[in-house]
Formats: sequence, structure tokens, C-alpha cells
Amino acid sequence: MSDFISDFWPVFITVITLGGIFGCALLLWMTSRRKVSANQGDNTSGHVWDVDLREMNNPLPRWWVGLFVITIVFGLFYLYAYPGLGRNAGQLGWSSAGQYDEEMAKANKALEPLYAKFEAMKVEDLAKDPQAHAIGERLFMNNCAQCHGSDARGSRGFPNLTDHDWLHGGTPDKIQETITLGRIGIMPPMAAAVGNDEDVKNVANYVLSLSGSPHDEARAALGKDKFAVCAACHGADGKGNIDIGSANLTDNIWLHGSGESAIIKRINEGKVNQMPSWQSKFTPAQIHVLTAYVWGLSNN
Amino acid sequence: MTIGGISMNLTNTPSATYNDSVIRQFSIMAVIWGVVGMLVGVVIAAQLVWPELNLGLPWTSFGRLRPLHTNAVIFAFGGCTLFATSYYVVQRTCQTRLFGGKLASFTFWGWQAVIVAAAVSLPLGYTTGKEYAELEWPIDILITIVWVCYAIVFFGTIGTRKVKHIYVANWFYGAFIIAVALLHVVNSAEVPASFMKSYSAYAGVQDAMVQWWYGHNAVGFFLTAGFLGIMYYFVPKQAERPVYSYSLSIVHFWALIFTYMWAGPHHLHYTALPDWTQSLGMVFSLILLAPSWGGMINGIMTLSGAWHKLRTDPILRFLIVSLSFYGMSTFEGPMMAIKTVNSLSHYTDWTVGHVHSGALGWVGLISMGSLYYMVPKLFGQKQMHSMKAIEVHFWMATIGIVMYISALWISGVMEGLMWRSINADGTLTYTFVESVKAKHPYYILRLCGGLLYLSGMVIMLWNVLKTATSGKPATAHIPAVAAHA
Repeated sequence: MSDFISDFWPVFITVITLGGIFGCALLLWMTSRRKVSANQGDNTSGHVWDVDLREMNNPLPRWWVGLFVITIVFGLFYLYAYPGLGRNAGQLGWSSAGQYDEEMAKANKALEPLYAKFEAMKVEDLAKDPQAHAIGERLFMNNCAQCHGSDARGSRGFPNLTDHDWLHGGTPDKIQETITLGRIGIMPPMAAAVGNDEDVKNVANYVLSLSGSPHDEARAALGKDKFAVCAACHGADGKGNIDIGSANLTDNIWLHGSGESAIIKRINEGKVNQMPSWQSKFTPAQIHVLTAYVWGLSNN
Repeated sequence: MTIGGISMNLTNTPSATYNDSVIRQFSIMAVIWGVVGMLVGVVIAAQLVWPELNLGLPWTSFGRLRPLHTNAVIFAFGGCTLFATSYYVVQRTCQTRLFGGKLASFTFWGWQAVIVAAAVSLPLGYTTGKEYAELEWPIDILITIVWVCYAIVFFGTIGTRKVKHIYVANWFYGAFIIAVALLHVVNSAEVPASFMKSYSAYAGVQDAMVQWWYGHNAVGFFLTAGFLGIMYYFVPKQAERPVYSYSLSIVHFWALIFTYMWAGPHHLHYTALPDWTQSLGMVFSLILLAPSWGGMINGIMTLSGAWHKLRTDPILRFLIVSLSFYGMSTFEGPMMAIKTVNSLSHYTDWTVGHVHSGALGWVGLISMGSLYYMVPKLFGQKQMHSMKAIEVHFWMATIGIVMYISALWISGVMEGLMWRSINADGTLTYTFVESVKAKHPYYILRLCGGLLYLSGMVIMLWNVLKTATSGKPATAHIPAVAAHA
């Protein structure tokens, strides 16, 4: 246990814990022993406040004392059996991390035959397996749908997984890599490299022209040369590059918003987008099944 | 009692009167803030049924209105009730005027300033992100100043008392005032980054632990010890019976205030909090059961020999039913602190239902009962403007609470079971959104319960304003100190 910075604190905690519990017991014992003498015939303490407020000398209810004692005894047993008194790990040797590991190991062992079967299958075949599909769907709904949506069609900033448009590649291997390691997409602010505000607007119109989106023909023509700085990542034809995750600008799919103003904003501000890594959450076999499900979304 | 006070022979000087004007102010504002806070609660309950009621505006979104609701009902409604009743009780049980002259009046205006600052800053999005301690650092400082003044007034009055023994209600009020000062100062320790933005002095799991040490003791001292103070005065007064057992009040007082301080970790079961801390939180939460029930027993048994009064006295009914809800939620609390139960209940609506059985049932009903007791006396009336309206309020509130908590019991247990349901292939049976969808009907039921409770509170506001305007501020003379005191 590394919860304590010195030997003082675990001792301190043990002393005040036990002191507190025994203190409660002592208070209870002394008060129930105490013979209260009624000063008056009416069994009150004799004190009077505010004209008519009095208190009676009734003893502690027996059942209540019993209840109190039961909770104290239970508490002492619990602290004997489980961690609680400073560094004392408890007689049962239980820990929450241990219980978690144990339950996970047990579950993974029970699921081993099932997943062994899946692991032996290719992603393309797995995507057609109804059982694997059902598991993949539930994994997706509970872990992926928060960003990509229950229908996997994404939303602004979160890619649609059903449209054959892949920033980092849509082959089974690439999808598996994405799920396992996560992805970080970075586009730097490009305004300075492109030129002045007019140049930025011209380039934006040229970008729009690549997908046949509504644009200003004259501006697009002016922006064509300036697009050279963009071509370093997006390619001379603007079709992007899955090796560095740069977007295809010709397919009229806009992850961060369409139209002139949205593109100008991207050129001026750049964009950093991230998908977390899932390898600590899932076993490799689960990722395999999930990969098949995601691949199947656009390949069935 | 004021009327009785006037007729008694006065040993004090003719100027010896109680300072009731600050109590009148706090009492009226308690009812007004009660309506406001519960209204916001109903609005956010409706938003959970129809999310469009967010209106698409940041200021009216659930995330900003929810802390407004909790702050308004706990610190505005509950706080004003505690100020009003504690000032009322401490003067009368010490049989002396409130200490500190105009300082009491400052606590009123200071506390209202805190509430208004909260009502403005929370919808604007200023928050520390700490539950029940969302207010930013300038407001935290104002709270501290007001609270210190409150302590001076309260303990000053105790110090200048004319009665030898300190009445049990004042132990609870005193513990509440000291503990809340400690909790507020420690948990709100923060480094200001700018006006209205600060960062907690603690980091990571320590920050979480300090937060829930504060959070659970806000329940333990603000919403429990303070309101037990109310119970110990208003139940015996309204029942006209002595408190059941002095011994019981000693044991349950000391055990309660000691044990509550430890219970916070049960809010952090199965988190990064070390196992030993979680165990201690669970053990002390269980040991807390008997001390909590001590207060319920002492209150309900005070009625021995006067049970028949429940049939005719709606104010007494408010007080006694509130104790029943207190007993129920202080049984439920320790059970939910058991780790096995907590693994089902944690993060579900069950927790929300549990809090509301304590908040609506215990805190709400006892506040209403004590205000119904005080208001006519403060305005020189024999009784509230309409006793019938109190009766109607009682039934609306009780039915509202039962609807509210049963709805959330069902939806909470249901969603807990849905979350933990696992298929043979190791995947979760339900997605999160399926559990949200399944809760929809229960959210409607909960809204109806809340609406009933709010409607009762609106009737109370009408009744209180009618009583206040048909009477006039009464001057209460301090009666002679009884011989045996």
C-alpha cells in the first residue's frame, strides 16, 4: 500500500477509528447504566425552559440499544476482515483491484472458446457471422455510439463510418489499427502560408470547386496556385492521403462543416481532432470482432 | 406562548422583549425562497421529461438550473428556516434577547445577498463545479462573514442566557453552526484566478474526498443537526408534552455528531478512493443508523399520551410525519452505504429519490410545521389565517412525496439492473440510452409528485401572507425564569 507518506498516518487513523467506535460503545454503556433520579413525581428532569418545555427521564429504549450494539459489532468485524485500519489489509485479503482482476480473468476465461473461434476467422467472414455481428453491435453501441452515433453516421467532428470515406483507411488492418491505437488528426493553421484574407477566400473557393460545390469561379481560378501549400498534405488533386490522415477534398463530405465560411475557418485556425485508443478497454479478440462490425457497416 | 408571556408577571425590565423582527424577515423569506427553489426543481424535472424545455439557451439549461435548485432549496429555503427557528428557539429557551443588537439584522441582509448572488451567478455559468458548494470565491467569503456573525449572535445569546441549563435544541443548533463553518471553510479553500473564477486548493482524489466530506456533512449538519434543533423545540411545544428521554438525547447527540463526520467516503465507493477509506465510510455510515433513529424516537415518543392530537392538529401532523420520513431515509442511507447495495444504487435515480425522501419528507415538512407554528405568533394572531389550507397543504405534500420517491425507487433500481445486466458473450445487454428511455414514464410521475409538493407550498405562501397582513408584528415579552431552571 502506498497510500501513506509516513508511518504516523496509518497509526493515527487506526487509533481514532477504534477510539471512535469504542467511544460510542462506552457512551452507550455509561448512559444506559446511569440511574436517572426523577426530581419530580412526573418523571421529568426538573428543568423548565420557556414556561412549559420539560424533558422526561425515560431510559434508553432496549431495542434501540440492541440495534446500536449490533452495528458496532458488525463494524468491528468488518474492519477485522476488510482493509480499513490504516495499513491493515484485512484478514480476507480482499481488495477492489483484486476483485476486479479476478472477475475479469474469470469472464475472459469463460469467453475464450467463443473468441478463439472468431480470432481464427478473417474480418470479411466475421462480418457475415450473425453472432459476431451481434457482439460487435453491442460493443459499438456501448462504446463507439457516443461519438459516432447509434446509426454510425457520425456528426460534425465525428466521422460517418458508413460512407466509404476513410481518413485513415478502410481496410480491415487500418480499421483495427485505428481502434487499437486511436488517431490524432492535425491540420495546422495555414492562413500565413496561403497569404492575405483575399488569398484565403480564393483558396477556399478553389477547394469548393474540387467537389463541385457551389463556388465563385473567378476566385477559384485565382486560388488554384495558392493551393500548392495545401497540396503538400491533401495532394495536388486534393484527394487526401490516408497515411497522414489528410481529408479527401473532392468527395463533398465535410467533417467539420461545409461551405465557404467553414473552409475559411479551417484554413485560418487549423484543426486538431482525436479518437482515443481502445486497447486498454478491449481484448485483441474483442477489437477483432469490433473491426469486423465497423468494416461491415460499409462493406455489406 | 407570546400571549402567555405577556400575562405572566415580569421580573425583567419592561424593555425586556425578544428580538422577533429578524425572525419575521427570515420566516417570510423562507416561504418565498421555498416556492422559488421548488419551482426551479419542477422546471428541471420537466426538462428531464421534455428536454426541449432547455429552450436551447445556456442560462436555462439543466446543468445551470440544477445547482440553482439545490442551492435555493437547501441554503435559501432551508437556511432561512434555520436562521428563523434558531433565533426563535435560542431566545425563548435562554429567556433572553438575541445577542449582538443589529448583528442579527446583518445576518438577514447578508444571507439574502448570498442567495441573490447565487441566483444570478449560477445561471450565468459561474461555478466551482463542487456539488452543493458551487458558489464562486467572492460569495464564499460573504458566506463566511455572515456565518461568523451568525455564530456570534447565537453563542452570544447562549452565553448571556438567564436559564442555567442549555436546552437540547441549542446543542443541535450549536453543532450545526460550528460544523457548517468548518466544512465551508475547508471545502471552499480555493485559489482565485480572476473575479468569479477559482481553482480548488486540493487535487485529484483528495479533492473528491474533501468535497464529499463536505457534501455528506452538509446533509448531516445543515439538513439533519439543524433540523433536529427545530424538532426538539417545536414538537414538544406543539404537542404540549415533555421531550421523551433526556438520556436518549445525550447519546444520540454525541454519537450523531461524531459519526456523521466519517460517512463521506460512501459517496465514492468503487472509485479511485483507497479501499481502506471506503471501508471506514461504510462502517461509520452503518453505525450512524442508531444515533439517527435516536432523534426520531425522541420526537415521536414525545407524543406519548397525546396521540389523539394528530387527528385534529395539522401542524403536529407535519412535524410527526416529517420524523417518519426522517426515520425512513436514515434507514435507507446506511443501507445504501453498504458496498454491495451501493454497487446497484450508485449513480442511479435511487440516490435522487433517497435525497428527496429526506429533503421533501424530513427537512421540508418539519420546516413547514415550525413556520406554521411561529408565523401566527410573530404577527400577533391566534392561528394561521386558514387551518383548512394547512390541512390541504399537508395532504398535497405527503402524496407528492410518496409519488416522487416511489417513482425514483422504481426507475433507480430498474436502471441499476439494466446497467449491470451482462450477456453470455460478455457484452452489456442494454445501452445507456435504452436505460434513459425506460425511465421516461417514471420521470413523468416524479414531475407530478414535485408539482403537487410545489402547489402545497404555494398555498402555504398565500396562507402565510394572509396571516401576516391581517395581523401586525407582535412584541413578545420575556417571561420570568421558572424556579427549577
